[in-house]
Amino acid sequence: MNPHQDEPIYLPTAFHSRQQQHNLLHAWGGWNGYLKPEAYTDIELEYFAIRSTTAVFDLSPMNKYRVTGPDAEAFLNRVLTRDVAKIKNGRVGYCIWCDDAGQVMDDGTLFHLGDNDYRLCSYTRAYEWLYWSSLGFDVAIEDETGTVAALAVQGPTSCTVLTAMGVTGLESLKPFGILEVSFQGQTLTVSRTGFTGDLGYELWIDTSAGEALWDALFAAGEPYLIKAIGTEALEIARIEAGFLQAGVDFVPAETAVRRGCTRSPFELGLGWLVDFDKPRFNGRKALLAERDAGSRYRYVMLDVDGNKPAHHSFILQHGKVVGTVTSAAWCPTAKTNLAFAQLELPADASLTGLVAEIYYERELRWNKVLAPCVAIDRAPFDPPRRRQTPAPAL
Amino acid sequence: MLCFQRQSNSVNEYDAIVIGAGHNGLTNAAYLARAGLKVAVLERNPYIGGATVSRELHEGWTYSNCSYVCSLLRPEIARDLELPRHGLQVVPYGGGVTFMQNGDIFGKYPEPERRYREMQRHSRRDADAWQRYAADTMKQTRLIRPFLMKRPPNPTSLRPGRLRELAEYGAAFGEMGEAGLADTMRFWTKSVADYLEEFFETDVIKAHLAGSGIIGTALGVYSPGTAYVLLHHYMGDVDGNVGSWGFARGGMGAVSGALAAALQSYGGEIISDADVGNIMVSGGKVTGVALRDGREFRSKIVVSNLDAKRTFLDLMDEGDLPQTVVQRARNFKIRGSSGKLNIALDGLPTFNGLDKKSRLMVGDFHFHDSLPRLERAYDDWKNETWSKDPYLDLLIPSLFDPTVAPPGKHMMTVFVQYAPPKINGREWTDEDKAGFEKSVLDQISNYSPDFRDLIVHCETRTPRELENEVGLTEGNIFQGELTFDQLLFNRPFPGYAQYRGPVKGMYMCGSATHPGGGVMAAPGANAAREILADLREPNVVPEGYADD
Amino acid sequence: MTDVDVLVIGAGHNGLVCATQLASAGRSVMVLEAGEQPGGMAVNREIAPGFQVPGCAQWLTQFSPQLIRELKLEQHGLELAATDLTSIGLSADGNTISLKQGEVSGEISDADRAAFAELYRLLSKVNRLLLRLSKRPPPYLVEGKLRDKLALADLGLRLRLMGSDDMSELLRQALNNVYDLLQERFESPLLKGMLSLEAVQGTHFGPRSPNTVFTLLQRKLQWAWGGEVSQVRGGMAGLGTALANAAQAAGVTLRYGAEVQSLIMPGDCVEGVQLADGTELRAGCVVSSVDPVTTFESLLGLAKVETDTARRVSQIRIKSGTAKLHLALSGLPNFTGLDASQLGQRLLIAPDPNYVERAFNPVKYGEYASLPTMDISIPSVNDPSLAPDGQHVLSAIVQHVSHSPAGGWSTQRERALSDWIDCLAQYAPDIREHIVAAEILTPADLEQQYRVQGGHWDHVEISLDQVLMMRPFPAAARYDASVPGLYLCGAGSHPGGNLSGLPGRNAADTILKMEKQS
Repeated sequence: MNPHQDEPIYLPTAFHSRQQQHNLLHAWGGWNGYLKPEAYTDIELEYFAIRSTTAVFDLSPMNKYRVTGPDAEAFLNRVLTRDVAKIKNGRVGYCIWCDDAGQVMDDGTLFHLGDNDYRLCSYTRAYEWLYWSSLGFDVAIEDETGTVAALAVQGPTSCTVLTAMGVTGLESLKPFGILEVSFQGQTLTVSRTGFTGDLGYELWIDTSAGEALWDALFAAGEPYLIKAIGTEALEIARIEAGFLQAGVDFVPAETAVRRGCTRSPFELGLGWLVDFDKPRFNGRKALLAERDAGSRYRYVMLDVDGNKPAHHSFILQHGKVVGTVTSAAWCPTAKTNLAFAQLELPADASLTGLVAEIYYERELRWNKVLAPCVAIDRAPFDPPRRRQTPAPAL
Repeated sequence: MLCFQRQSNSVNEYDAIVIGAGHNGLTNAAYLARAGLKVAVLERNPYIGGATVSRELHEGWTYSNCSYVCSLLRPEIARDLELPRHGLQVVPYGGGVTFMQNGDIFGKYPEPERRYREMQRHSRRDADAWQRYAADTMKQTRLIRPFLMKRPPNPTSLRPGRLRELAEYGAAFGEMGEAGLADTMRFWTKSVADYLEEFFETDVIKAHLAGSGIIGTALGVYSPGTAYVLLHHYMGDVDGNVGSWGFARGGMGAVSGALAAALQSYGGEIISDADVGNIMVSGGKVTGVALRDGREFRSKIVVSNLDAKRTFLDLMDEGDLPQTVVQRARNFKIRGSSGKLNIALDGLPTFNGLDKKSRLMVGDFHFHDSLPRLERAYDDWKNETWSKDPYLDLLIPSLFDPTVAPPGKHMMTVFVQYAPPKINGREWTDEDKAGFEKSVLDQISNYSPDFRDLIVHCETRTPRELENEVGLTEGNIFQGELTFDQLLFNRPFPGYAQYRGPVKGMYMCGSATHPGGGVMAAPGANAAREILADLREPNVVPEGYADD
Repeated sequence: MTDVDVLVIGAGHNGLVCATQLASAGRSVMVLEAGEQPGGMAVNREIAPGFQVPGCAQWLTQFSPQLIRELKLEQHGLELAATDLTSIGLSADGNTISLKQGEVSGEISDADRAAFAELYRLLSKVNRLLLRLSKRPPPYLVEGKLRDKLALADLGLRLRLMGSDDMSELLRQALNNVYDLLQERFESPLLKGMLSLEAVQGTHFGPRSPNTVFTLLQRKLQWAWGGEVSQVRGGMAGLGTALANAAQAAGVTLRYGAEVQSLIMPGDCVEGVQLADGTELRAGCVVSSVDPVTTFESLLGLAKVETDTARRVSQIRIKSGTAKLHLALSGLPNFTGLDASQLGQRLLIAPDPNYVERAFNPVKYGEYASLPTMDISIPSVNDPSLAPDGQHVLSAIVQHVSHSPAGGWSTQRERALSDWIDCLAQYAPDIREHIVAAEILTPADLEQQYRVQGGHWDHVEISLDQVLMMRPFPAAARYDASVPGLYLCGAGSHPGGNLSGLPGRNAADTILKMEKQS
């Protein structure tokens, strides 16, 4: 046996050689054990690629679990709070899952790829939880994180670019739909999904074809100003679109140490993902009780006065701290100063008079503003192209 | 190395006398001196530090020959006594490796991503279980940490102050909620093996982690209560990183050296070669101590850094003590279970299956790849002999501390378990010691073919040496077993867990008191707080940092 | 439409106590028993024509006189052939020791005699507290309602009222190991060996394992009322028969040969059971006296519970270290140092605590002890009906024995039988001459025979981390199984095994209370 040698701390993804060429900033970070670009050239330009041309983001490090077997649907129905039967073959569903206490463990997307064949994408490492959840079910769970490469292709010209690359049938693909095409002898799975709130797709392929896919995509996309983007730009886009991020907007229940720091779906504004018509799923009993008794926390999206992002701010109401901000950004397209906040207020409490206590620095001088906030129901960025089928060209 | 002259002054009157210049004795004395007391620490040996020492036992090699790693040392104390200014530097280290009988290894990398992939190489499920394990151990750790720098409550007392202390503990437990509390109770009463079984499926991973559940105790991995011992090894921190471990640069003598310097900066005295034979008592009060050489030191306060057995059975007259204390001191469980080899090496040995440049070389090495093998090592202890397949916690500190060995040479510290205090009911003989040493060297050689040829010097320490040189009864590194019957309000025994002895003016400050051993210095500091309270002096001892 | 209010699975003593209690409160109750007789693990077994041995449990230990009165078991046919037997520690040289209700006789020093009286006093006192705890569901420690808080305060008060010396001794010893406790207090190796046996019998511990002071308390709960072990006339089956009679008198329907295949749970609630023959029975609730692992894994199916529950079920520790040795004897053997009149007592092989510890070692590695501890009953001495005229049966509890030794029992069974008879022969040299028939029941046999996963007579190992609100696991510790419509009432629930009937009784109380609430 050869002596054991250390691996690099972060592994390259299937697209790494290509990313390196684009990454002029050499701004690398780690994501789930893989190298990820935080930014390639300029965060603002990258952000506007999402909103104006086509942005490409490497989401290969995302945890991906393939679930197959005769009990696949029943198994997923135990794990997820949604009714999986309603996610038809060839469709994708956004979903969350809870522990027995009804606290959110993670959110993710479920791909119904075929009969008794699903892929669950998650932020946390879920293999062990899925293993214990599979007791009593006839299913097989395979971790595909290292074998399936994935790219998010997002932005108004994304449909045009992919069509130019040779993907056919895209015009009829509805949001959350899945399409399988052949790419250089490999199966390329295209889903109309994303984390930007814009028109966009995600491409899934065997890691061996990663570089070829990148090359073909960028060749086809060049006339449409395709651009590789890093996590920093994506972060702004996802806040603008009103998407929660596990580990940022909530603590995944299994990793929580302090009691009371986790959240239920209701407390994250995700009660619509809980289907009590299903007789059994993890957390059902606890969530029924919470539905009846009321939740302790409440999630709100806030339109914050001024242009200073309310990072980590306390939220006050009538001079009293009622909560904190988990995510905040100035949204360049929507021209909104947006913040997600967790408030310790009952569901029926009035949301008037909320104020964000914001600290910011200018030339080493720290300033404080008390910015009035207005709770809003919908994310400020929600363009029609996101939903239109066929997707608008260019 | 610090040495001190025998003092010639005939005025031997002090406000407080501390017996034993171990790290707790020095800490205790430093706080008393800082509070303005005239303090002397009396040390039997010509050198200070007790089991917290660096010694040159072979020319060019200076190293910790007893305790060897540093994590539990309370940062409140290190900062408060300005130990860094007095020369203490703690360098974190991390990671470890277990060599397997099949030639493979398990590397527990300190970098989370490498550790994850290495665990995944053995078991995908175990790799993912780590986050649950880490969260669970941290939950239990958070519960206990705030109480390290507090005196234990007295559950049988009905006095309001005592009830308030008890309520404080109660509140911490209550905060966990009904379900959390049930899990905590399970944790405290469970064996480390059963605890690990709830997370991991792979033998080598369980065995690697289980080591922390038995180090320093006379229990096996299947013995209930060992999950807590695991916690005892996780509850320290280096610069706020809970659970991480570090090395004192220059060896553990740097800890006692810094403590001694702090003590002296406050005007305290250290008197070495001062072997206390008796704590003098008159009219139910302490009056001082008498040395075996006839010298006497007078003081109304005498603090013993020694374990409860030595303190009460050797240094005190039975007639001065309540009968229950004598009986409880006799029954106090100390139980030596470990030995140590300190090896000077001519070069860096090669270990089968591990690249010499690997990050894992600067971690701890183990050679037990299954729980049953660990348990069989304990069966040998029960049979009153040393383990024939011993559990080793082996480190090569010269890989990151340039002061411990000459350039290019290396120093290996090998903690060995199990080694009983007596062999088949009799004292250790030199032949026993040679047999013990051989079983350890054989164990290492099984995985390192060139190791034996590189040995320049080997110092072997059985419980006999630990007892005779350092004064650790039976060679137990914690001055007493860390089982629940000897923890918290039971340490060293009920009724005397708040550092006060049964005689007015007599106190205990060693690891045999709460919160126990592991070079924490907390017992010494906590005892000083109680002494100052009894003297109605303002408190100068820090409370623990809040963990939030 | 329901067939009955309550279906109870299993006609073991806990199932029958629970059923009787519920029927007495006016519920219509049906007990479904897979076998052909009541009693569960307390039954008779004919090992040769006319030779009746106790199939598993051999003593009436913790079935309190109070419960016998409450259920009028004597009216229903329960008769004791001998009560409060003396435990005799055997010795190869004939220097035996006898223990009964705090008194020691035999080869023993005055110091030991006094120390034993003191230990008995302390343990009995603690056990009176433990008995109070055992007679109700496990307490809520922090999230209870007012009533629970009062119960907890009452417990705290009683702890205080023990006096600070006894209380602090209890707090010191609660998690301790019995070996150290005994070393502190006694000189006699045999006395220490006997008490070590009491502490570890039925557990997966040796006397040096921490928590064994607690298991000693738990095994000697009957000391709370000054009891020792008793022998049921007609064999252990006598208890089951009396309980079945009492149940029927209370209006319970008993069905034998009714093996439950699965629980019916179409939605979020258990609604009934399906029998092996396909029959479906519906009820307001189902109470399982079957062990929790079988209940959840086989009857309900782990797919029907939430993930953490499934995980916890699969992590319940059920390793049994207990086997039985049964002998049919042509005549009474001679035990060194005992006269024939003493052979009807309880005979223990546990010469010293290190012997007991060594007997424990093999089971850690999946082996059996060739020199085990034994708890021996020759029931035919007190009850001649159990064997043909002038002949006898011997039943011994053999500890520690692995459930599944390497290579399986088929290759080891004969060797184990012979080892254990050799062990017995050290104390009864002529035993071999009298053997007419012999058998051993390994944990694997007990598992199969009594449909208990793991073959553990306590269903779930008794250890401090699996008692009270942690038994069998926290979310199912108060008899409701964390699944609506399903309750647990077997030895796997608080306070555990030892034939106390208390899990069944507490479960019935809980069910009635919960009905009232909803």
